[in-house]
Amino acid sequence: MTADLKEFEKDALGWFAENTPGPQDFMLPLTFMEVGTDQQFEFLRDWQRKVYEAGYLGAAWPKDYGGGGLTQAHQDAATKAMRANNAPIMFNTIGLGWAGPLILDRGTEAHKKKYIKGILNAEDVWCQGFSEPENGSDLGNAQLRAVRDGDDYVLNGSKIWTTHGHYAKYMILLARTDFDAPNKYAGLSFFLSPMRVPGIETHKIKKLTGEHGFTQTFFTDARIPADGLIGDEGAGWQVAMQTLMYERNAKGGQAGGYSITEVDPLEILNLARKAERGGKPVLEDPVIRERLVDFMIEAQAIRQNAARAKLPPLNQDCPQALPLMSKLVMTEYMREINEFALSLQGTKSGYYVGEPNAVDDGYWHRGYLNAFSATIGGGTSQIQRNIIGEHALGLPKTR
Amino acid sequence: MADFGQIGFTEEQIDMLGAAERFCREKSPMDKVRKLMESELGYNADVWTEIGALGWLGIAIPEEYGGVGLSLTEVVPVAEQMGRRMMHSPFAATTLAAQAILIGGTEAQKADILPKIAQGAAATLALSETNGDWNLENIKAEAMPDEKGYRLSDTKTFVADLEAAQWVITTVQLTGTIALAVIPKAAIPETAIRREVIIDETKRSYELNLDNVLIGEAELMSADKTEIALGHIHLAANLLSAAELTGSCQSCIDYTVEYLGTRKQFGKRIGAFQALKHPTVDAFVDYQKARSLLYTAAFNFGKQGEGEIAVRMAKAKAEETLSFAADRSIQFHGGFGFTYECDAQLYRRRAIFLASQYGDARYHKQKLADLLLKA
Repeated sequence: MTADLKEFEKDALGWFAENTPGPQDFMLPLTFMEVGTDQQFEFLRDWQRKVYEAGYLGAAWPKDYGGGGLTQAHQDAATKAMRANNAPIMFNTIGLGWAGPLILDRGTEAHKKKYIKGILNAEDVWCQGFSEPENGSDLGNAQLRAVRDGDDYVLNGSKIWTTHGHYAKYMILLARTDFDAPNKYAGLSFFLSPMRVPGIETHKIKKLTGEHGFTQTFFTDARIPADGLIGDEGAGWQVAMQTLMYERNAKGGQAGGYSITEVDPLEILNLARKAERGGKPVLEDPVIRERLVDFMIEAQAIRQNAARAKLPPLNQDCPQALPLMSKLVMTEYMREINEFALSLQGTKSGYYVGEPNAVDDGYWHRGYLNAFSATIGGGTSQIQRNIIGEHALGLPKTR
Repeated sequence: MADFGQIGFTEEQIDMLGAAERFCREKSPMDKVRKLMESELGYNADVWTEIGALGWLGIAIPEEYGGVGLSLTEVVPVAEQMGRRMMHSPFAATTLAAQAILIGGTEAQKADILPKIAQGAAATLALSETNGDWNLENIKAEAMPDEKGYRLSDTKTFVADLEAAQWVITTVQLTGTIALAVIPKAAIPETAIRREVIIDETKRSYELNLDNVLIGEAELMSADKTEIALGHIHLAANLLSAAELTGSCQSCIDYTVEYLGTRKQFGKRIGAFQALKHPTVDAFVDYQKARSLLYTAAFNFGKQGEGEIAVRMAKAKAEETLSFAADRSIQFHGGFGFTYECDAQLYRRRAIFLASQYGDARYHKQKLADLLLKA
């Protein structure tokens, strides 16, 4: 490690130790998909801006567009410092993690100048228009219609499960420009689309938790500029696949930070210490102990998988396997550990958010139900298994 | 999260991985494995000689005793690749016996035996007894002082590759405490040895009747090292079996994937069906986790704290993963999976056997719970 990097890391640790906000009187979202109230939104937006201005977000992105112009190792050190201080998430994930790296890789100079800085300082919130009411896992069948008209495209149709839809200024959008293409994939095009134009409306959807968190987005003769096209017309599927690689952490280039607060098995140890069964701490139950150890093994495997992905001599027989599986493994772990945390609470597992007697104000209940956003969004766990099976193992295609 | 050890590697480990991959692939194709299963010895004597000549038995033996001077970190890739090709030999038994002598032996025993092992001589451990307990201190075998030395009694089980071994390291009760001893093979009559019928037919295991076996004072190992030596053997054995299980897991999955990609039913290759594809992917994902945990254990072996945690995690995960992968492999091969000819059974039997030695997944998780879950 160079002296400069060491110093950067030391400064980052110091900065986050000093600036990481303490507990708030409202619940902080554990994942970027959980931002449900304006209070949460404002808080996370301010926090992201502050981190960016301190130089700990986008540190490896080019200086010309608003990044820090340093190396990935610098950003990794900053992200590590965030984790070490259990800092809140970087909520503008679709910009920071997916749209941003895509624009830096494939966008025009004008795109980069226009979008990158706003992504980093959270001025411009991004959302994603991929899923449709009738086309979810079968993303390649997307039907939202985009028709070229002069310097514009005219959009008609609907997108759904739009995280941050009502806060977003921009959307990455997959639309159908050719209904006569030789196959369904070839008719798709990929756009950087404004959200605040006539003809685009967002309607809030109530989640299984009872909260608001995402929207359905309706497009009615909405005109967007044609210069938002990424890749050629008809090449949208391939661009969407690249975006999904970023989304699933299978490809690097993200601005940094994290969008999901991982649950440490040690946190649920405390639940097991406090809960009682027959007058004794549930932590003494051998079945519960075995399950707790299972989660510790799983958490350690996830960590060491991530570390091994960066050590080519230890993964060269199948280098794509670890990145391809990271989304599946992490999101299923989060779902299961939250569910287990509920089960430790005895009678109190029957409470819910808002009940004064609830353990940790219903944090685990909300965590479990919200965990499905990640096992379903970004390609369901079942789709992930198809992808791993077909791409890492070479199994025959299911479709 | 608490530190359970961080993954890493040594250059020598990567060199060994490459060399062992080539060697085991060439020397141990499945038809040879099947032939050796039927042989009395259970391994190819020429290949065993080559392993000795390559110096692999001395990898973790210090240079002063004629070894290479590395550690078990660099033995792990060899055990992994042998596991992958289902290659059996007295390699694991001998490596563990050398570790026992290195940690628990007298200076004279180290100076005499370790150089010979580094040159290719085989040795083994006789620790288990008929009670089936994984606790290596729960033993009945005894050493009674006698005018010529010590007269041993009782029976040891699961003595790996005893036929090949020149030395047998065993545990006995001696005046109220447990002692380790090195029995020269010459002191054991042929009638005291019986080959056991074990579930993994690629391996060889023996029962050893110690009644009336005589040893001298010089055969006793260092009395003050017994406890640390037994702890070391337990973890070393589990590290090597985690490596072997993980290697076997890789080939088990390859074997299943091959079938799923060729066998056709309903006009489709059966791997296209998600009912078969998804569990196979789950096995593969678990295998990748097992491999990360294995290398973490290899890299942290011997470290106070993390070392033990990492080894127990690696063994538990590897055993569960091979059990699942092989169980599904039998099922997904359909009628053929129910036959002796299908290799899926070899992997399932191996997972059961390696679970039976030095602790299964549940046992290691109980130990981990005691280490990690403080009230």
